[in-house]
Amino acid sequence: MPDPIGYRRPDPATQPPYDLRAYGSTRPRHPKQPLVRVPHTLSEVTGPRMSPAWYAPHDDLSRHNGKEALGERIIVAGRVLDEDGRPVRGALVEVWQANAAGRYHHPADQHDAPLDPNFLGRGRVFTDEEGNYRFTTIRPGAYPWRNHANAWRPVHIHFSLFGAGLAQRLITQMYFPGDPLLAYDPIFQCTADEAARNRLIAQFDLAITQPEWALGYRFDIILRGREATPFEDGAGAH
Amino acid sequence: MTAATTSQTAGPYWHLIDFPEWADLLRPDGPNAGIEGGERIVLTGRITDGDGAPVTDAMVEIWQADPEGRYDGAFHGFGRCGTDANGMFRFVTLKPGPVPGRGNQTQAPHVVLTLFARGLLKQLVTRLYFEGETLNETDPLLQSIEPARRGTLIARPTGTPGEWRLDIRLQGENETVFLDV
Repeated sequence: MPDPIGYRRPDPATQPPYDLRAYGSTRPRHPKQPLVRVPHTLSEVTGPRMSPAWYAPHDDLSRHNGKEALGERIIVAGRVLDEDGRPVRGALVEVWQANAAGRYHHPADQHDAPLDPNFLGRGRVFTDEEGNYRFTTIRPGAYPWRNHANAWRPVHIHFSLFGAGLAQRLITQMYFPGDPLLAYDPIFQCTADEAARNRLIAQFDLAITQPEWALGYRFDIILRGREATPFEDGAGAH
Repeated sequence: MTAATTSQTAGPYWHLIDFPEWADLLRPDGPNAGIEGGERIVLTGRITDGDGAPVTDAMVEIWQADPEGRYDGAFHGFGRCGTDANGMFRFVTLKPGPVPGRGNQTQAPHVVLTLFARGLLKQLVTRLYFEGETLNETDPLLQSIEPARRGTLIARPTGTPGEWRLDIRLQGENETVFLDV
């Protein structure tokens, strides 16, 4: 059996460290030993095929039990591509978020802000043949956390993605343009590369915006690309 | 070429995408309903941090081959489990078979574990191997790790038939070997 083609290693400046002094929870949770580099085998280049038959899509977070959640309704859409610009088809995209008041529907969230019985804050969609995904939700609120004095998380939506291979697995956060809290947030600020950081900020998009209904935001996500092969562009490519 | 999107922590509220039934890969109404054969096993373990405290808000995912060592068969080798108040995770699955490695080598039976949690800005990946497997002695990854740390990847039987345990230490003494994939 020929060796599988691995995924390219990320530029360290575009990905966060495990140990980040400004983010207190990393202190007891980051490994102190160096990670062991694994040449990619089938165990890393394959990944679960997430069929909608087993993982039912749910693309409208803005209502629950037939009732409208409170807050500003928005549409979030974008493409999931690999580093070579190829669409990642059939990717499972899971999202979760706080409600408009900045409170999660979660027992551990004790922020003194109202819960909304019509907002659970979780969704699940799949990309189409062009790598497009889309869901409707409520613009979340900012909320305090105890990382440092007067710490507030900027408005964000959590994203979880499954690509074709385990090595493409990604959990990230989408932020909103113009949020003044971004400058103070150690999680958003975790990468050295400013351009990489800024790609976590969605763009307002009038083409996604629906008249008389909801503002639209575009958020494209890039998963790791494959290493080049000698046959990449040759006649022998299959 | 645009670099892959920056990873961000799953945070403490990822349970909004927790579906506890996913930890049982053999659930009767799940993707593996009707799969015949294979050895049913339970994989369990406790995750602790550098202070020795249980990690009670981690999301653990597994990815594994089927009992024949195939990733492209009918078996859906994916599960997700949140750690409980004691830092414990528990999966029900089938024991994977040996998997082809690079250069026509054979990898010992193993399960890939991926950890997400508050305080982890990107996932931690490790592997669970099974104590007593002859192929462990020639597994390319296990053999590449210094012997003193190799045991952090090897699950041991708990005494309950079919149940295996591997504890994970994020930091400090007996720190688990984590993999740069």
